[in-house]
Amino acid sequence: MNNPYLAIFCLFLFALLLGVGFVIISHFIGQKRPSTAKMMPYECGIDPLGAPRAEFSVKFFLVAMIFIVFDVEVAFLFPWAVLFKGFMKAGLGGFVFAEMMIFMGILLMGLIYVYGKKALKWE
Amino acid sequence: MDILIFILKIVIPPVLVLNFIPLMIWFERKGSAYIQERRGPNRAHILGIRLGGIIHNFADVIKLITKEDIIPANVNRLYFIGAPLIAIFVGIVTIAVVPLADSVQIGEKLVHIQVADLNVGILYVFAISSLGVYSVLLAGWSSNNKYSLLGGLRAASQMVSYELALGLTVVGLFMLAESASVSEIVRHQGPHVLHWNFVQQPLAFIIFWIAVFAETNRTPFDLPEGESEIVAGYHTEYSSMKFALFFMAEYAHMVVAAALITALFFGGWQVPFLTTLDLKTQAPFYLYVTVLTVSFIALFFGLLLLSQFKKGKYRDARDYEVLVFGIPLFLLALAGGGSAIFTGPWALPEWGRVLFAALVQATSFGIKMTFFAFFFIWIRWTLPRFRYDQVMNFGWKGMLPLALLNIVVTGVVLLWKGNHHG
Amino acid sequence: MNMPHNNITKTLIEKFPADVIESHEAYGDTTVIVKKGRITDILRFLKEEIQPSFEMLIDLCGVDYLQWKDSARFEVVYHLLSLKTHDRVRVRAPLSEEDPTIDSVSPLWKAADWYEREVFDMFGIIFHRHPNLKRILMFEGFEGHPLRKDYPAEKRQQIPTAEIDLLHLSLQNRHFSETDHLPTRSMILNIGPSHPAMHGALRYQVELDGETIHRAVAEIGYLHRAFEKHSESSTYTQVIPYTDRLNYLSSMMNNVGFAHAVEKILGVEIPPRAKMIRVIVCELSRIMDHLVCLAAAFVDLGALTNFWYFFDAREKIYDCTEKLAGARLTTNYTRIGGVWRDISPDIITGIHKAFKVLDKAILDVSRLLERNRIFIDRTRNVGIISKEDAVSYGYTGPCLRACGVPYDIRKDQPYYDYDRFDFDVPVGSRGDVNDRLMVRFEEMRQSAKIIQQALTRLPPGPIMIEDPKIALPAKSNVYGSIEGLMNHFMIVTQGICPPKGEVYSATEAANGELGFYIVSDGGPRPYRVRCRPPCFPLTASSERLVEGGMIADLIAIVGSLNIVVGELDR
Repeated sequence: MNNPYLAIFCLFLFALLLGVGFVIISHFIGQKRPSTAKMMPYECGIDPLGAPRAEFSVKFFLVAMIFIVFDVEVAFLFPWAVLFKGFMKAGLGGFVFAEMMIFMGILLMGLIYVYGKKALKWE
Repeated sequence: MDILIFILKIVIPPVLVLNFIPLMIWFERKGSAYIQERRGPNRAHILGIRLGGIIHNFADVIKLITKEDIIPANVNRLYFIGAPLIAIFVGIVTIAVVPLADSVQIGEKLVHIQVADLNVGILYVFAISSLGVYSVLLAGWSSNNKYSLLGGLRAASQMVSYELALGLTVVGLFMLAESASVSEIVRHQGPHVLHWNFVQQPLAFIIFWIAVFAETNRTPFDLPEGESEIVAGYHTEYSSMKFALFFMAEYAHMVVAAALITALFFGGWQVPFLTTLDLKTQAPFYLYVTVLTVSFIALFFGLLLLSQFKKGKYRDARDYEVLVFGIPLFLLALAGGGSAIFTGPWALPEWGRVLFAALVQATSFGIKMTFFAFFFIWIRWTLPRFRYDQVMNFGWKGMLPLALLNIVVTGVVLLWKGNHHG
Repeated sequence: MNMPHNNITKTLIEKFPADVIESHEAYGDTTVIVKKGRITDILRFLKEEIQPSFEMLIDLCGVDYLQWKDSARFEVVYHLLSLKTHDRVRVRAPLSEEDPTIDSVSPLWKAADWYEREVFDMFGIIFHRHPNLKRILMFEGFEGHPLRKDYPAEKRQQIPTAEIDLLHLSLQNRHFSETDHLPTRSMILNIGPSHPAMHGALRYQVELDGETIHRAVAEIGYLHRAFEKHSESSTYTQVIPYTDRLNYLSSMMNNVGFAHAVEKILGVEIPPRAKMIRVIVCELSRIMDHLVCLAAAFVDLGALTNFWYFFDAREKIYDCTEKLAGARLTTNYTRIGGVWRDISPDIITGIHKAFKVLDKAILDVSRLLERNRIFIDRTRNVGIISKEDAVSYGYTGPCLRACGVPYDIRKDQPYYDYDRFDFDVPVGSRGDVNDRLMVRFEEMRQSAKIIQQALTRLPPGPIMIEDPKIALPAKSNVYGSIEGLMNHFMIVTQGICPPKGEVYSATEAANGELGFYIVSDGGPRPYRVRCRPPCFPLTASSERLVEGGMIADLIAIVGSLNIVVGELDR
């Protein structure tokens, strides 16, 4: 009962049940009158040409990849930030700060590289 | 007793969020109406009670739940049904780590007024909210519709881009509070307004604020569902309650975002200039003032409503609506004001003082949160929409470097201060 | 005015002695009839070599002279305009029934592309060397050519359900540089006909790489109602209600445009009060049209609040038109020879009240948007069209002025004494979406200024012409005198019969030059009515404008062009 993650788990259950409950209720209450036109994907009243799933631009993947690189950086920053004042009290503030600046500098260079490679050109 | 507290802790925060959703929708409708010189919803009523249009939300729920639940052919059914569930799931559970009031001592136990006080609080928020990308992306991808796919892709790239800036801004807060726990960050800010993080970390506040707009897909970042471009974006193919879940999730996200802004930058439950101890010791006085103020406001609105009573305006039960609200308000004002004047100020037992302090803090939190929630709506009806490339440029070339700069500046200032004093 | 026209015909005859069949001047229009063989050379000469040069192909249409005994079966009619002297010339090229072909002039003017497609669609005239000669208003698979006189107006055809891949059909003949590689397979997306931002029923089929549009094809005709065919079987008065439905945002202006054309062929001048009332209703319509255009464009950009501010003002103006004409949308207000009802003092106060709301709306919206960074980023340098391209595409109205060409018929060929009003013609410089929207902003202010002036100098007098062959006599006359009864009987049973001939009349509608080309055979029904819708050339250019932009740009561009499908498809 004192473990906070137990509470979180119960909350997860609550939230899931709520969503599932709504969907199930509407599934039973709502009417069902399917027709061919209704079942078609909507594309402004025109039969769509080609399947949408197979073909999306590689640009979108690029965003995801750059994101992962930088997200890892952020993840490294969190523990450093929490402990920063502690290091300062221990007299290591300047050293730790410089260390992180170097780390961030390297990643900033990554950003500049990506920028130079025009991966951040969205047009 | 323990079990009761446990259940209350789990149920109250999500129920608060869920109750805020109709309120937000009402804000959206009435707020947009008044911004646009319209009246907004004012027709739906139950026995003449319209609650200024809130009843429309109930009508909507009934409508949506009885609508035909269309699952188009060729969709991926598992993901198609799962996506809205993820959306509402994320909307509800993120609130878990946000404290609604200061921790309360009950007997031997220290009770946190939140679902769970995790020491990784903000990491939990980010972990859960990034699940939101799945809901949008899966909805877009599984719908077998090009607009949905475009909407999903837009949403995914936008949300991941702004999540970086979001993640970087809180680093500054961690450095100040020496903790990643939300309740610790709130406590660290203290009651003094100038010590709140929007003063201490102004750049981080602005970046965070903009980024949550992008994360919640609200104007001017509403490209994933920008109806004039890609019809309805990722939820084009959704209908009935599954659509409603997306709809609710959007507002739940806003509520949570407002709660986070409040907690991280505006002192959360902190009442300006009053510590929890102040509130507890001075509880009788503050209670007296509160009762008088509330009574006065109730009197004002009660009389205002009563003065608007006019028979035959609608020629049905709606005529009496002002009375239904006006008379209780008037009586409440009389009872509250009268008892305060004639019997107060009252002496309070210890538990009463604790309860009073917690309630005042929760109210403070609620007021701040409501303001920021309303701000979403205010912005939506004021600004036009960005274009995809502009959003991405702004995120990567504007927000990201600035958020990095914020960390550097915070570090330098902390070091300088440390050397200065030590 | 006659001298330069004579010069033009004289120079033409000197240059092409064997090809000019005839030239004449009637109803103020200069007409040259030429042989079809060297049509491209003749038009190039008119466009490039003659002084003043006729840079603009204002209109290109066909006429079927099946029922005229002494004439070739078809005729292709070109209307040219000089932007320097504002002279116009009409070039007609007769084609025989056996060989209905002529050279395309699309190398000379970009506007010719779509115009010629329409003539092909409607008359079956083949244009040699046309890059993409396909049906445009009718659907692919339609049998026959509807504006031919032997096509029965009652004939109905079923639209085939089979889906046709427009993009590949239309792109076969269009040349694209294949240098820019597509890293992934592109997605073909339909925007419209049933799309929130396609106001009306308009369809773009676009080929996307990510969000970028590589190629686009516009498909029109969803709202084709056969206005021109209908007109041929109606009397002149009966056509007026049909004109309401052309540009339904400013219906009164279409009424006026058509009535102006008929009055031109009748050779009559309407009374001064009627003129002034027409000016007032035209400018009111212009304001309403711009309000809708801007409001819709802002909605498409995601700024919904401005829509309501503008529609609030529009409602107030609609209240005035309702008092004046009895209807809000389809007003049917003008009559040939005047207007239907007089403007009353309470309408005038209503207009003044509406202007207060309008001023506030314009102020509010310009404060919200004019310097809003997001708005500027979304509109500035988007959908740029150069001055030369705009002229070549046949742009008129606010869109042309946004490119920096100060051409406004109200100033340059004034009708209804527009030259006596004090107003400015706003001109843009970049020709982008922002300019097109801002020009409309300013035009609303100017129109309001014109109306204020017109209201103060509204002269007393009749509102209808007193010609018994045109205007219905007063009821007292009908009941009281045999002559009145006779006149009434003649107009009601026969209609108005203009003399045999042809006119082209242009008025400055909200969206540009609204032209009506009327061919009369002397009977009560027009032999041919051609409406030159101002947004037809705009739409023709939109395909090229949106290419290279993003989906969001397409929406902004289409919004700024103000494509009104009612007049586009007729």
